[in-house]
Amino acid sequence: MKLTTMTIAAVMAASPVMADLVFPSLSYRTGPYAANGIPFADGYEDYFTLLNERDGGIGGVPARVIECETGYNTEKGVECYEATKGEGALIYQPLSTGITYQLIPKVTADGIPMHTMGYGRTSAKNGEVFSNVFNYPANYWDGASHAINHIQSLGDISGKKIALVYHNSAYGKEPIRTLEELSKKHDFELMLVPVDHPGQEQKSQWLQIRREKPDNVIMYGWGVMNQVAIQEAANIRYPMENFIGIWWSGSENDVLPAGDKANGYKALTFHNVGDDYPIFDDLRKYVVDAGKAAGAGDQVGTALYNRGMYAAMLAAEATKTAQSIHGVSDITPAMMRDGMEALEITEAKMAEIGLPGFGPEFKVSCENHGGNGLGAVAQWDASASEWKLITGFEGSDQEVVQKLIEEDSAAFAAESGIEAGCS
Amino acid sequence: MPEQLLFAMEVTLNGLMAGVLYALVALGFVLIYKASGIFNYAQGVMALFAALTLVGIMEGQVPFAHLINAIFGTEIHHFGWHVPALLAIFLTMVVMVALAWAVQHFIFRHLVNQEPILLFMATIGLAFMLEGIGDIMWGAEIKKLDVGLPQGINDWIDVTTLEALGYGFFIDNLDISAAIVAVVLVAALIAFSQYTKQGRALRAVADDHQAALSVGISLNFIWILVWSIAGFVALVAGIMWGAKSGVQFSLSLIALKALPVLMLGGFTSIPGAIVGGLIIGVGEKLFEFGIGPLVGGATENWFAYVLALLFLVFRPQGLFGEKIIERV
Repeated sequence: MKLTTMTIAAVMAASPVMADLVFPSLSYRTGPYAANGIPFADGYEDYFTLLNERDGGIGGVPARVIECETGYNTEKGVECYEATKGEGALIYQPLSTGITYQLIPKVTADGIPMHTMGYGRTSAKNGEVFSNVFNYPANYWDGASHAINHIQSLGDISGKKIALVYHNSAYGKEPIRTLEELSKKHDFELMLVPVDHPGQEQKSQWLQIRREKPDNVIMYGWGVMNQVAIQEAANIRYPMENFIGIWWSGSENDVLPAGDKANGYKALTFHNVGDDYPIFDDLRKYVVDAGKAAGAGDQVGTALYNRGMYAAMLAAEATKTAQSIHGVSDITPAMMRDGMEALEITEAKMAEIGLPGFGPEFKVSCENHGGNGLGAVAQWDASASEWKLITGFEGSDQEVVQKLIEEDSAAFAAESGIEAGCS
Repeated sequence: MPEQLLFAMEVTLNGLMAGVLYALVALGFVLIYKASGIFNYAQGVMALFAALTLVGIMEGQVPFAHLINAIFGTEIHHFGWHVPALLAIFLTMVVMVALAWAVQHFIFRHLVNQEPILLFMATIGLAFMLEGIGDIMWGAEIKKLDVGLPQGINDWIDVTTLEALGYGFFIDNLDISAAIVAVVLVAALIAFSQYTKQGRALRAVADDHQAALSVGISLNFIWILVWSIAGFVALVAGIMWGAKSGVQFSLSLIALKALPVLMLGGFTSIPGAIVGGLIIGVGEKLFEFGIGPLVGGATENWFAYVLALLFLVFRPQGLFGEKIIERV
């Protein structure tokens, strides 16, 4: 029996009547982005169901997931937040950069932590300014740096032309500044190619790429934009191994419509791929086969299901940390925030959970809400119809990224009247 | 020939091809508006529903499988067969005709003589309902659609233009297929409306409902017919757009591409939809090519509307729309 579990169980036994630990799931199972929203929401909910069914909850307290449909719509996302926060919500993970921006002041005022894993406002990594927002283990700017590092690892980047095909929104524009800084540092030419929402028609953009022949293409897309971009790249016979997407452009949904032509396409990730981990045996036994899965159970092991499950796992581990710190099992949102700020993910802990080698090791602190910024590169194998990790979890260029985070968070602190610091 | 001119020619050709795809969506709007005065907000969702049904039938997917499994505790998802594309298209058309009957029987039959805004609102409701039914019936995952249409660069055009002009033009085989299908579709629609009894009845209804009624034409039948034809056009649009991106719920957003085409070409003209689509396609692509880089790119969505509004200043009824004359 693990020491942490025993401690929490002891605390549990001494505690009075338990309520439950509330984890709202601001999901989108309908609308144009449903195909991506569904596996994430399934993974998120299934993990908590597993903890309830197998372990009796977290520290003995059952977890309760409240699902609220946002349709990936910012206004609806805010409505969901307002509708669920009174239920004792411990943490919000809205899976939308637009919703994240709207919720930052709200969660800060309400004292509820928000975790925006690999999305949202990048400079929220600075916990001295963004007290209630966390974006571990990696952020958009880490992603931009990972892509450049990977291109560099394959050959000299100096003098190369690199195109950024991006969703013409706050999300898609996030990496531009980082890439501009990196282009100065490494002497490559950056070519910006915006695509308007939703991105169903990208002929102009790919004709431009065909004309200007960039050596590499980096993509920050979401939804239909990804599938069309990969199809158009295949149409112009752009070499797929030179085409690399951010983690939001790296699900099975994005590559399957292009069939064999998508073979070799790369995508960044901050967690591992596939279902060859002990946790999936438990998920199938206690959740899917028991008929308690959030969805049909057909998404288990896909990139976005794994990401949702990973997000839930990190929330559960932060809950355990909070229970440990405060010595109570029925924690409050403020305690959850403390747990997130003290979260440490080690390989030993991941192995104990049933996810050995699934994600990077990282440690959160008051100053650093974003972890170590480690990421890996996955490549699509069309014949096997699966993603394969082709690198280990490697670091980003903190010399560039950290400087930008400090600048952006300082600007936010100034305009919001926040006095930065750790208490 | 200067390089920029060659690029502009390539962009123009691709703009024409994109315009055909826009026109395919706009055609469905025109057919229903012309015959019944209804602006069918659900046309984009009909394209989605038709494409979902087509893939579902082709793949032997059990409709409403999740619902059936949840109620009866079963685990059925597929029939275990694959239906050939042509047969699946035919079966999908049967579903679209049934949908047309249902729409007419359960919604619009009860709204005869109501204000146009009410009819429009009804189509908004229909759009959301159809999207929900499509989700429950076929699931929300992205589906690969392969009806055998060629896709990717056309090598013959690439090689020929390379040899003749020194620069190989990119034209997508799928776009060429779409252009051929659009020509056949429009020719078939014109032939239907000119040379068949039902087609002439449809034109009579489009011209004057009351006069058509007075000579014994069944409005109910004509409206089912026109919704069925719009369903077929939606299926064609769904196939073409679905082949590009996979069949997914964002397909319903292709309606946004049809609106500037309708504004420009007029709501009542089939040639208007085609010409409007081509003008919008070429206009937005050339603007993106010439001006886009100066203003940060991604101009196509908004420029299509600017172009349509410019035309409206001079021809409020659209290029081919009927001039509205109201006598007092």
